[in-house]
Amino acid sequence: MDFLLVQVLNSISYGLLLFMLASGLTIVFSLMGVLNFAHASFYMLGAYFAYQISRWIGFWPALVLAPLAVGALGMAVERFALRRAHKYGHVAELLFTFGLAYLIEEATHLIWGRSAVPYRVPPDLDGPLFSIMGTQYPMYRGFMMLVAVAMLVSIGLVLKKTRIGLVIQAALTHPETVEALGHDVPRVFMLVFGGGVALAGLAGVIGGNAFVTDPGMAAALGPIVFVIVVVGGMGSLGGAFIASLMIGFIQTFAVSLDWGLFGYNISQVAPVLPYLVMVLMLIVRPKGLMGTREG
Amino acid sequence: MKLSLRMGSSLVWVATAVLLTVAPWAFPGSFALTLLTQMGTLAIFALSYNMLLGQGGMLSFGHAVYSGLGAYATVHALNFLGKGAFPTPLPLLPLLGGAAGLAFGVLFGYVTTKRAGTTFAMISLGIGEMVYACVLMFPGFFGGEAGISTNRTVGQPLLGLNFGPALQVYYLVAAWCFACMLAMYALTRTPLGRIANAVRDNPERAEFIGYDTQKVRFLQLVLSAFFAGVSGALSCINFEIVGAENVSALRSGGVLLATFIGGIPFFFGPVLGAVIFILFVAALSGVTKAWLLYLGLFFCAMVLYAPGGVASLLLVQIGMIRAGKFGRLAFPYVTGAAACALALCGLIGIVESVYRLSDSTQGTRMALAGLQLDAARAGVWVGSSVLLVAGLLALRFATRFIGRRWDAVQTEIRAA
Repeated sequence: MDFLLVQVLNSISYGLLLFMLASGLTIVFSLMGVLNFAHASFYMLGAYFAYQISRWIGFWPALVLAPLAVGALGMAVERFALRRAHKYGHVAELLFTFGLAYLIEEATHLIWGRSAVPYRVPPDLDGPLFSIMGTQYPMYRGFMMLVAVAMLVSIGLVLKKTRIGLVIQAALTHPETVEALGHDVPRVFMLVFGGGVALAGLAGVIGGNAFVTDPGMAAALGPIVFVIVVVGGMGSLGGAFIASLMIGFIQTFAVSLDWGLFGYNISQVAPVLPYLVMVLMLIVRPKGLMGTREG
Repeated sequence: MKLSLRMGSSLVWVATAVLLTVAPWAFPGSFALTLLTQMGTLAIFALSYNMLLGQGGMLSFGHAVYSGLGAYATVHALNFLGKGAFPTPLPLLPLLGGAAGLAFGVLFGYVTTKRAGTTFAMISLGIGEMVYACVLMFPGFFGGEAGISTNRTVGQPLLGLNFGPALQVYYLVAAWCFACMLAMYALTRTPLGRIANAVRDNPERAEFIGYDTQKVRFLQLVLSAFFAGVSGALSCINFEIVGAENVSALRSGGVLLATFIGGIPFFFGPVLGAVIFILFVAALSGVTKAWLLYLGLFFCAMVLYAPGGVASLLLVQIGMIRAGKFGRLAFPYVTGAAACALALCGLIGIVESVYRLSDSTQGTRMALAGLQLDAARAGVWVGSSVLLVAGLLALRFATRFIGRRWDAVQTEIRAA
């Protein structure tokens, strides 16, 4: 019972972390039509920046500064490169972000080396939050959920209630009209791209020390986030939310259960499961859980 | 006109055949021979990839699945051959690899080609990751991380050839490369090849004239998977080992880079890309640890500034040379190249210094272009940054200069 509860809480916190990544990717995709292949690389940069900043001035400033730095980098990428690739269409944009993922991975190799860096949970948050029947639940997991929920609520408020949020929503469907009304749509794009990768950076700040910060973390998480976006339905935030939690549960439970299946332990099969979910979804419902567009 | 075009294209094929035949004699040495063999294998792989990206508009991040599984099929066949299970001459094994690629193309293509565009790209990545995870999961068949090794000389010798020496392997690869090039070129001329172009350019109109776009994408992918399987089989014969990295995302990314750098709008672009890619890897990977970074930068620059690849850059010069105006552009090109070299020097200085500072095992001293530099000194950083900024500024002026001269020459040609 206690095992089950802890596993459920772990699944939710991991699912929420995945959704922090998937939401940024989805917002950028639905607004600009750009699939950011390097999204998980910005997640990795968030973790590395947080590691570096927390070595200099501590974890709490890093929690704010690292996502800002990642966002600023994202805006620079949009302004000086993606905007140029945009002329050649979406395939060129996707190819550019693919090359960017290579660059970011190699740059982390060069700067921080090939092995994991000791980015640890801050001492203030290092300890049990509560214990049920002898099983302790770490405080940091609770903090992760808190940050994720706070972030999601604030994005929702920004998109629904503020002026810039309304402009973004309008630019989603009617960019020409918004431009005619006197808004600088390219600048909106730049802000949204920066905001989207800043979210990935924030996910990196809180995910990097909960799991591990190494140059392989982008390549490990990137495909999973793509699976979530495909399963949830391209461009659907609600679908991405459900799919994130689903994958969070599947991955967390698969590695902790030891049921046998055709002579293979289910925890051995765990890495394949998200992709199997994607394949099944494509066979049954090609547009994804809550997707609207076909093809 | 039509006759001369035909003549032209058959001349190109004859030239290709001659080039493939004389290459090992023009570039003697065992290292050159290894590179040439790898180029031939990668050329088939890149051409098959371009059947998707260039001709069908399908950006795939998981094409290594088909070449890798073709390689696994071949390695098992070779090992069975060694036990005397069935007598098949080695030169025909790539057909088996191709058949394996085709079979997996049918299996996975059914899922991936349900969607087009960006979603296709993401699904192909997912399938690639799935196959990679499966390969590591079943070490009995796939040999895990270490892979499966084999011996290509186990079969009966054919016409006195046992394919032990590297030169014989090169000619095997070259023969398959030529045959595959011809076959893939012929495919672009078939109704399927044409309608694949239509599906790439405007899927809606292709549907209006009565074609099922999903079926066209599926057929194109299955055929492309066949050729990928052939190249996988050849790489298995060449290296005599097949491991998990044959189906990895790194391999899929590599073929994408090679194809794009060569030039996706042109049939021969990917061949050029394969040659450049292998040279790039061979030349840089021994010299610097940061070679992937330079390759990535080169690729990003190509995406932003030359989306037609190296082939397009070369082909536009042909018009200029024919008009006899290339000489007028030579000086602007030299300034552009000088500016590039300047910026590159600065960039290399910065990248190598960063690497030396982060890697504590080797100390901070380094030798760059005959200069003894110390990465811990501020002078290296300032100097490199100045070079980089100056180079980029110069490049900006140089590109404007080239553009102005180019426009002027074009106007002259039109006026003449």
